[in-house]
This record gives sequence, structure tokens and C-alpha cells, in this order.
Amino acid sequence: MNKWQDNKAWFMVIPVFLVVAVSAIIPLMTVVNYSLQDIFGPDQRVFVGLEWYKDALTDSRLHDALSRQLLFSSLVLLIEIPLGILIAMMMPKKGWSASLSLVLVALPLLIPWNVIGTIWIIFMRPDIGLLGAAINGMGIPFDHTAAPVSAWVTVMMMEVWHWTPLVVLLAYAGLQAIPEAYFQAARIDGASAWATFRYIQLPKMRGVLTIAILLRFMDSFLIYAEPFVLTGGGPGNSTTFLSIYLVKQAVGQFDLGPAAAFSIIYFLIVLLFCWLFYQALLKVGTGDKS
Amino acid sequence: MARIDLKQLAHSYRRNPTSAGDYALHKMDLIWEDGRAYALLGPSGCGKTTLLNIISGLLRPSKGQVLFDGKDVSATPPQERNIAQVFQFPVIYDTMSVFDNLAFPLRNRKQPEAEIRKRVEEVAGMLELQEDLNKRAANLSADTKQKISLGRGLVRSDVAAILFDEPLTVIDPHLKLLLRRKLKQIHARFKLTMVYVTHDQLEALTFADQVVVMNEGQILQIGTPQDLFENPQHTFVGYFIGSPGMNFLPCRMQNGSACIGELRIPVGSGTEQLQGDYELGIRPDFLELHDNQVAGSHRVTIKEVEDLGNCKIVRVQLAEYSLKVKLPEGRDTPIETGYLGFPPEWIRLYADGRLLERSAQYQTQRGASI
Repeated sequence: MNKWQDNKAWFMVIPVFLVVAVSAIIPLMTVVNYSLQDIFGPDQRVFVGLEWYKDALTDSRLHDALSRQLLFSSLVLLIEIPLGILIAMMMPKKGWSASLSLVLVALPLLIPWNVIGTIWIIFMRPDIGLLGAAINGMGIPFDHTAAPVSAWVTVMMMEVWHWTPLVVLLAYAGLQAIPEAYFQAARIDGASAWATFRYIQLPKMRGVLTIAILLRFMDSFLIYAEPFVLTGGGPGNSTTFLSIYLVKQAVGQFDLGPAAAFSIIYFLIVLLFCWLFYQALLKVGTGDKS
Repeated sequence: MARIDLKQLAHSYRRNPTSAGDYALHKMDLIWEDGRAYALLGPSGCGKTTLLNIISGLLRPSKGQVLFDGKDVSATPPQERNIAQVFQFPVIYDTMSVFDNLAFPLRNRKQPEAEIRKRVEEVAGMLELQEDLNKRAANLSADTKQKISLGRGLVRSDVAAILFDEPLTVIDPHLKLLLRRKLKQIHARFKLTMVYVTHDQLEALTFADQVVVMNEGQILQIGTPQDLFENPQHTFVGYFIGSPGMNFLPCRMQNGSACIGELRIPVGSGTEQLQGDYELGIRPDFLELHDNQVAGSHRVTIKEVEDLGNCKIVRVQLAEYSLKVKLPEGRDTPIETGYLGFPPEWIRLYADGRLLERSAQYQTQRGASI
């Protein structure tokens, strides 16, 4: 076979390449292109080099949004992963009750994101909201439109309510995949419930938990619709996360150049963190030291 | 070490069993003598594992009792029964080293660390695991993992019995032999009661002093390998043990002969009184195939000859029945037609699947004897 024949296979890749180009590469390159220019109108643009990147990296509001975002994502992981495992372990393993509890747990995942924001606005209203009024009734002042702490609590509760089910489903699948013999052996070996969890269930869930952590980190880091509907980033800037700040800049002020530079930085941050998580999670529990 | 008694034991996975079909194990009485090696043999789904899990305490029997040395343990959880169990797929604690795996049952029982070290090293020596003690258990081969799960059972000095649930299924064939020998050594050294579940008759026959054959939730026969081979108590045992299994022919008894259509096969003394329908069973190993007509032989058509290297399996047609004959290698087989002899001392008669003993029972009418 000659070299030409060997390389004919490349033609087969063309359709996929075109789809990926249109859907990902070209838009991404457009953003890269924008990020290097100052755009006044469709025909008025000036090449500014790395100006917008310098601006973005020294923008204190962006720094604030980033630290807010990191705090938010850390809290999400710290709450949702243990809670998800706990709920998955308490769910029935078989029979009609298992199917029922799966459906009930999955319900929040089926609701459109902006509707979720609306549900929680009503739920948390200090005057008529079921929970909001109840908290105020207990003498604790609570108003997510006025107090930053209230706003944070509300956004966190909504996020946990909305996305813990995903962790539950993944952890549940991981638990169901453990052969019965492991639990039988543990009983014969006299292992306590904690030892069974620590040495059998947790190690066997490693794969699904890696995926759960990555998905929840990425999603929470990119969160937009729910807090936007619920608080619009306020009060003040207290719940202005990275994507909300980005949209405010790009759409609100129509500053395409800086917004594009910001997007690229945002993208790189997400990529960096995911890579770090993935590397760390690959090593956890395998005893490889490096 | 312990003697294990099963009294009037029955088990159903349904909450309210009504018919016999609801039972995974039918009512049985069984004694496992202290220090002996038993094999529990039967096809998949016959209730072997259920029985094993009842002995180890993982399952609570619906009916009857389990006694260890005369003490009722039916309600005792597995961790208090001093039972070790090795499963079909090696169960190891992935995140631990081999040492920690072996020490796990002792640590759970809060034994002093010095004692644990001593026991683990002893067991590791016996199973040839010393080299691997500090390695992570997750990265070892299947046979080593299986040795570790066995070791977790042996490490406890008070262990009453070791139960094996098809432990060699996932082991490479050449390692199976080594591991099986190891098991026999351990049995010889510690005189532990061992129960070995398998569906592989070769494994059962080589491992055990006594083989328990089960089918459809019932124990059909308990005996030495020789017993099972020569005197199968049930047609299923005849068919299941031996390769190929026993030949069975429906027959009508008349004047001490089994009548199969026009053919008459004498079945030996003490059967003159038998009347009615029976099944005649004979091992392929004991059938005689001649080139020429010999007294008492019957003309058969040769259908197929399988040469296995150390023997030949010949399939022959007698009237409308197909039989298998096992001949030693190197013997010429007749072509197309031959003459089949039935040595009366190897003929067994079965009524409703059960063997008729060559005793007074033979004198009675069929039906009264069962």
C-alpha cells in the first residue's frame, strides 16, 4: 500500500471536522479575534493587542467575581457531594420503592433552569413565600433581595436542591454496581458500617464521584440562569458570579472586546481547574505518590 | 472447628411460600462432620449458594435450624459464627495493602496489634504471600486475590469452618491446580471443616472426601466419589456425574429381565418378582461392545465415534434408543454394526428417578417399595 492510500482515511474525517469547525472552532476563533480588537461598530475596529487581557487581569470587579465564584463552587462541592452520597446510601436498593425514590429524587433535574429561579423567588419571598415568611416568622430577618447573606443562602439552597439529585443518581449507580459478595465478605469479616463505607463503598464509587465532582464543579463555575433570575447578581454585587459579570459587560455595555478577552480567561480558568481536579482524583486512593 | 447440623432446614425467598415450587431449598437434614472436606455439587441455580449462605449466616432460613457443635446459631449473624467464606469473585479491599487486608478481620475484632502481626505473617507464609504483604491488593492477579480472601478466613484462630463458593471460577486453568492443591494442604494441616460449592464435577471429586449432589433444591446423594460413580441414588446423579453421564433406558420388568421392546436384558438375581415400568441405568464405561454376536448381546447400529485421545466415546442405536459406550483408546471399534453386552452387575434399576436397592426391596412390587 502506498502513502496516498494510507492517507485516504483523512477524507472520512472531513464531515466531522466541518461540524466541529462550525460549532466550536470558528466561534472560538471569532472570540479570540474580538479579544484583540476595540470594536465600535460593524466596520469600525482597531487592533489593540493584549490590552483587554491586561485590563481584565487587573479589573478588581472581576477579581471579586472570581473569588465569589470560587467560594460558591467550593461550597457547592462541600455540600452536594457528601449529601448526595448520604442520600444515595439511604435510598432503597430494589423493588417499587427504589423506582419511586429515583423518580422523586430526579424531579428537580427535569425543571427548566429559569423556572427554578422563579420557583425560588416565590418560595423565599419574605411576605408570602412559604420558607421566606416562615423564617421571618421565627424572628430572623430574611430577604434575599436586600441582604447579601440572605441572597447567598437562597442561591446556595436553590443550587443544592437543584443539583444534588445528579450526585445522588451517580452515587446510587455506583453503589448498585458493587457486587453483593463485598458486603457479605464485610459482614463475615466483622466490619462496622463505617468500615464498610470507608473500605468498600467509597473506593468503589471513586469513578462516578470523579465524574460527579467534575460535572458539579464545571456547572457551578458556569452558573448563570438561576441566580440571574433570582437575584440578578445583587443585592449590590454580592451574587454577581463570573458569567453574570461577563454578560453584564458584553450585553449590558456592549463591550465586545473586553468581554471576549474575559471569556477566554474564564474558559482557561475552568479548563485549568478541571485538569487539576482530574489529576488529583486519578491519584486519590490508588496509592500512587507523586 | 465444628460439626454443623442442619435440622429440618428449608428456605424460600418468598415471604409467604405456599406451594413446593416457592422453595429454593426443600426440607433437608444434613450433618457436616467436623474436620472433613465436603463438596456441594450441582448445576447452576440448584440452591448450592443458598445453602452455603444459610450456613454462613448471610441468609436466615425460612424453616429449620442450623447447629454448630449442637448449639443453635440460626439467628446468629455471620460475624459471630466464626465462619470464613471465599466467594466466586475475589473480594479484596482495594485501597488496602495485602497485610491490611489479612489483618482486617482481626482489627475489626479489636485484637492486639502484636498478635495480629504474628497471625498475618503465619498465614502469609502458608499461602506464599510474604513477598506481597506490602503491595496494594488492587493490582495483584486474580489467583493472588483469591488467596488473600482465603487468608482473611484463615487468619482467625477460632474459625469453625471455611465455605467456598466456586472459588476457582475466575482463575486461569494452570493456576487452578496449584490453588486446589494448596486448599488440600491447608485442609490436611488444620483439619478444618470445609464446604466447597462447585458445578464442576472434577473439582468436586478431587477436593472432597464426601460429595453432596444437589438438584432443584434437594439433596440427592451424599457419598464418596466412588459411590456416586458406581451407585447413583438418583438418575440425575447418574447423568450429572461421569463424562459422559449414565445411559438410561425405559423398560418393563418381567421374570428378572428388563424388556425393551422385543429385547430382553437379564438384570441379575433378586429381581424376579419385579413387575411394571422402570428405568434401566448403566454407565458407558461398563457397557461391552463386541464385533460379533456373543451370548446375551444385542445388535446395535454404530452412529458416531468420538476419539478423545485417552478413550473413545461411541454412540450406538439400540432399537429406538441412543446409548453411549466408553471404550479404551487403541481398541478398534466395529464399523456400522456391533453387539452390545450389558453386564448384570453394573445394571441399576430406577423407579421414579430413585435407585432400587439390591435388597429385600427388590422382592416387593413397585410402588410399595418407594
